[in-house]
Amino acid sequence: MFKTIFSYVGQYKKQAILSPVSIIGEVAMEVLIPAVMALIIDNGIKKGNISYVAGMGLLMVGMSIVSLCFGALAGRLSAVAAMGFAKNLRSALFHKVQDFSFANVDKFSTASLTTRLTTDVTNIQNAFMMFIRTAFRAPIMLICALIAALKMNSRLSVVFLCAVPVLALFMAMIMTKAHPRFQAMLAHYDSMNASVQENLVGIRTVKAFVREEHEKKKFLDNTDKVRRAQVNAEKLVIMTMPFMQMIMYTSIIAILWFGGRMAVGGDMETGELSSFISYVGQILMSLMMLSFMFIMFVISRASLQRIYEVLIEEVDIVSPESAETEVKDGSVVFRNVSFSYFKDMNNLALSGIDLEIKSGETIGIIGGTGSSKTSLVQLIPRLYDTTEGQVLVGGRDVKEYDITALRDNVAMVLQKNVLFSGTIRENLKWGNPDATDEEIIAACKSACAHDFIEGFPEGYDTDLGQGGVNVSGGQKQRLCIARALLKKPKIIILDDSTSAVDTATDASIRKAFRENLADTTTFIIAQRISSVQDADRIIVMDNGRISDVGTHEELLRSSEIYREVYDSQQKGADE
Amino acid sequence: MPPRNTKPMQKPGNAGATIKRIFSYMYGFKALFVFVVIGVIISAFAGIAGNYLLKPLIDNIEESLKTGHWDKSKFIGILAAMACIYALGALSSFMYQRLMMKISTTTLMRIRNDLFTKMESLPIRFFDKHTHGELMSLYTNDTDTLREMLGNSVAQFISSAVTIVGVFTAMLIYSWQLTILVVVMLFVIIRVIGFIGSRSGKGFIAQQKALGRANGYIEEMIDGQKVVKVFCHEDASCAEFDALNEELCQAATRANTFANILMPIMNNLSYLHYAVTAIAGGIMTVKGFGGMTVGTVISYLQFTRSFSMPITQVSQQLNSVLTALAGAERIFAVIDEEPEADDGYVTLVNAKIDEKGNISETEERTGRWAWRHPHKADGTVTYTEVRGNVELDDVYFGYEPNKTVLNGISLYAKPGQKIAFVGSTGAGKTTITNLINRFYDVPDGKIRYDGININKIKKSDLRRSQSIVLQDTHLFTGTVMDNIRYGKLDATDEEVYAAAKLANADSFIVHLENGYDTMLTADGANLSQGQRQLLAIARAAIADPPVLILDEATSSIDTRTEALIEKGMDSLMEGRTVFVIAHRLSTVRNSQAIMVLEHGKIIERGDHNELIAQQGKYYQLYTGMFELS
Repeated sequence: MFKTIFSYVGQYKKQAILSPVSIIGEVAMEVLIPAVMALIIDNGIKKGNISYVAGMGLLMVGMSIVSLCFGALAGRLSAVAAMGFAKNLRSALFHKVQDFSFANVDKFSTASLTTRLTTDVTNIQNAFMMFIRTAFRAPIMLICALIAALKMNSRLSVVFLCAVPVLALFMAMIMTKAHPRFQAMLAHYDSMNASVQENLVGIRTVKAFVREEHEKKKFLDNTDKVRRAQVNAEKLVIMTMPFMQMIMYTSIIAILWFGGRMAVGGDMETGELSSFISYVGQILMSLMMLSFMFIMFVISRASLQRIYEVLIEEVDIVSPESAETEVKDGSVVFRNVSFSYFKDMNNLALSGIDLEIKSGETIGIIGGTGSSKTSLVQLIPRLYDTTEGQVLVGGRDVKEYDITALRDNVAMVLQKNVLFSGTIRENLKWGNPDATDEEIIAACKSACAHDFIEGFPEGYDTDLGQGGVNVSGGQKQRLCIARALLKKPKIIILDDSTSAVDTATDASIRKAFRENLADTTTFIIAQRISSVQDADRIIVMDNGRISDVGTHEELLRSSEIYREVYDSQQKGADE
Repeated sequence: MPPRNTKPMQKPGNAGATIKRIFSYMYGFKALFVFVVIGVIISAFAGIAGNYLLKPLIDNIEESLKTGHWDKSKFIGILAAMACIYALGALSSFMYQRLMMKISTTTLMRIRNDLFTKMESLPIRFFDKHTHGELMSLYTNDTDTLREMLGNSVAQFISSAVTIVGVFTAMLIYSWQLTILVVVMLFVIIRVIGFIGSRSGKGFIAQQKALGRANGYIEEMIDGQKVVKVFCHEDASCAEFDALNEELCQAATRANTFANILMPIMNNLSYLHYAVTAIAGGIMTVKGFGGMTVGTVISYLQFTRSFSMPITQVSQQLNSVLTALAGAERIFAVIDEEPEADDGYVTLVNAKIDEKGNISETEERTGRWAWRHPHKADGTVTYTEVRGNVELDDVYFGYEPNKTVLNGISLYAKPGQKIAFVGSTGAGKTTITNLINRFYDVPDGKIRYDGININKIKKSDLRRSQSIVLQDTHLFTGTVMDNIRYGKLDATDEEVYAAAKLANADSFIVHLENGYDTMLTADGANLSQGQRQLLAIARAAIADPPVLILDEATSSIDTRTEALIEKGMDSLMEGRTVFVIAHRLSTVRNSQAIMVLEHGKIIERGDHNELIAQQGKYYQLYTGMFELS
């Protein structure tokens, strides 16, 4: 996992490596400085040698300037490396998600993918930056300080050698215990945020049912759970500081005791003693930094896992090698097709579908709620793959086509209409980035959208706000139809695309289709018989199977389901 | 359609007031907080005192070297004192951390709760003006930074402040001459912090902006992923994203560079100080100035180190504290928003009605309801039965001051009638229902409900007397059972099944993997659009309301199923008022009154046959259907 993710450091490898190298320089200076301090005291001040003091002092200044340069350099390099790493990760994740098929997206859910691309990447970015700054600083400082201390006075250094492993052991124990507690806390945190989001999105429902108190109670419960989990996790972590202080102070006392005696006996200089104490500070500080690093690591491990999952996900719908790029015509054939969203033969959404549709035909699809109409048409542009059987477009299996080529020729207007931030024109151009204004207007006229667009003060340059909030449901649908028309596809699929549009407009749209798109194979899924009765043929679906196929008149005679639907829509006109 | 205003929240200014307010959430912990402060002070002092004692210790050793006689007992005494002080320091450090953790986690929880509670009571207008992303980030980013600040920075600040003051005092005591150098150092440090701090602050603001843009784009694209695939827009959206990503990287690098170099600069300034102090102190010792001894110099040098460390730590914290405060101010701005104003005083009560028609209030559920109308003038109380009599009198309304959506609507719905609204999109249909249930308010007197001015009725009671099925269905995380029960929290299981059967949802529910106990997540993503609507209808049905509002409630449901629902709904609606908005003829045909709206005016009204005879707009809208017969 780590190899894969850290490979994204990519072109910033140089900075990522140089940064700790600079830190080595910085640390080296920092470790030497106490030695110089000792010399100043012992050889300079005590001996009254001012020029020595001055000389050493200047040396110290020089060293600190060098240290500063290294430190600042490291600071800049680590920022560049960490931010660059985050950039690459984000880019890789985004590109990967763009490659995902519907099934891949369903697996993760859009909310989770968004969190992974935002929060999780930020977690890793921060952890990484901290890592390349302290991960090297800490052990190097530790080692350098230990060496310097040993050289200065090996006997006294025994104190360290006792203190360090004790501290390290303690840290390790805490970290292993803390990890599961942090995970639990994050899980509670996630569900709290999910419930906030639901309340934001469904606030009208909450108010309409006067459920504010109910929701508040639920939330209070949630935050309490989060708090308790947080306390549980942090309880452990806060023990580190006092423990470290204890060890540090004990070491200092021990050093002063033994060192003091040595100094009195003339075996050690007082200046050295003072520096020794600085070393204690440095050594224990670096151990503290190491422990903080581990904490960060623990917390970011969850994020690492989540990002990794996305990166290694196998995209299940890809263009084949030497793909066919030309779609001959708009004919569609279903051969013994069965389909399940869960790839489970016991849980089929569609079974035993056999259809032959000629190019240019208009096919209506009618069926009860949940009879799998959408599932059927999604197989045509290969948004999902069949579990069994084949779907052919233009005489070839859809799996043989290059995906872009296939989808450029099969336009689909989804049930849930999504528009994006930008102007109307920009949104429409999704169908064809090179569309001319005439083509755009023509498509909008066919979709009966041109008039209302012209009605806006800024016409085609009207800005659509987030998710298209400035237009009503019916207007959105018509824009989506126009967008699909701009593709000039061989096959167009309208999935309940006129449910929010009144009957008269629906009729005009169908008229425009008949006149301008006579050669395009059209699939219309609808609730209204009026929307499909002019079709060349109508498919009646029931429970994932084709119940009947025929023209409007034929079905009135042969299909009970069709008759029922027709009657239910006719009742009003008879009264 | 209510407009969306996506202005970003402003960056505010009053840090002092915000801090005070944050502390106000620590009620009940005042005593504990005092202990925390004491603990921090003791812990800081322990460090200083320890260093302080270094001088006499070293002097003791020096003296022994000079005189050849070692005052061992004094040595042990000082050492023992140090040990005690240090132990005390470590203990108090543990204590205050533990206490602070308790305080900070609870404070945070309180702030979150306050925010949510307040948010639930805000008017719909507020949610129109702010995007979900903005509001969500209050709960995530802003509370997170606040947690960091409370958890770490507060103690850090106090500790650093104490240390700085303590060390400074000690330094003054030891040698005021050398302390002059310290003051000079301080000036330099402050200038440097100011310089770098402001650059880094600007950098972080730019970073946040870029982050907001990038995240917003990610959210939008991933949410609309299916459309992207259908239009093969992948390459284009990748290209756009890469541009935003690059921008973010640049801004972030800049901000973090400045933040990162602060520490090395501070560190080395302190070494500089050390060197200069050593030279000065050395000269003074040799020349015997001001009673300087070797021990004093050594101690003093230790102090210079302990002096700069807290300053560096404070400066590091500064950025995160400022960010946290800005976040807190955003949170408080929402908490300070005006809640949904509700001056209503007419409430909904259970009613017992005798044969003569006298209404009396009762505790038990009788299935009949009345409005309890206390009259302020004379203190009497009148009861009016809830029949669902709705009257709109020349109503003008607009979501924005200059854009009226409704232009003089007058209508009268008798109890038990089914009133349908039809018309082109944007004509004002949903707006009328928004007013009937007071999601938005009209100026006085124009809407009457059972004869009572609607503004006099308490909003929650008004809403309880109605059930709405909205155009956009929203389900909550929970089982199917929970979701249907949302309409009536104390409904029995049988009532839930009955409602589901009425909405014709029972047949598909039992086929789900766990039937009624199937968990619904992500707004019911595992169901089809039609199935979600059926659940929403079941939810509305179980509430057993006097008034029912259906806004495009069956748009995704096929007409056969709709006919089945209708049979059940008809019996439920016996004698009650129903408002229906729909495009489908089959949905509106049997309404007693159909109102055709255009540009916020009712241009035709009547029942289906009357309107067809008129051959007006209604006739036009339904010509397609009409041709069949």
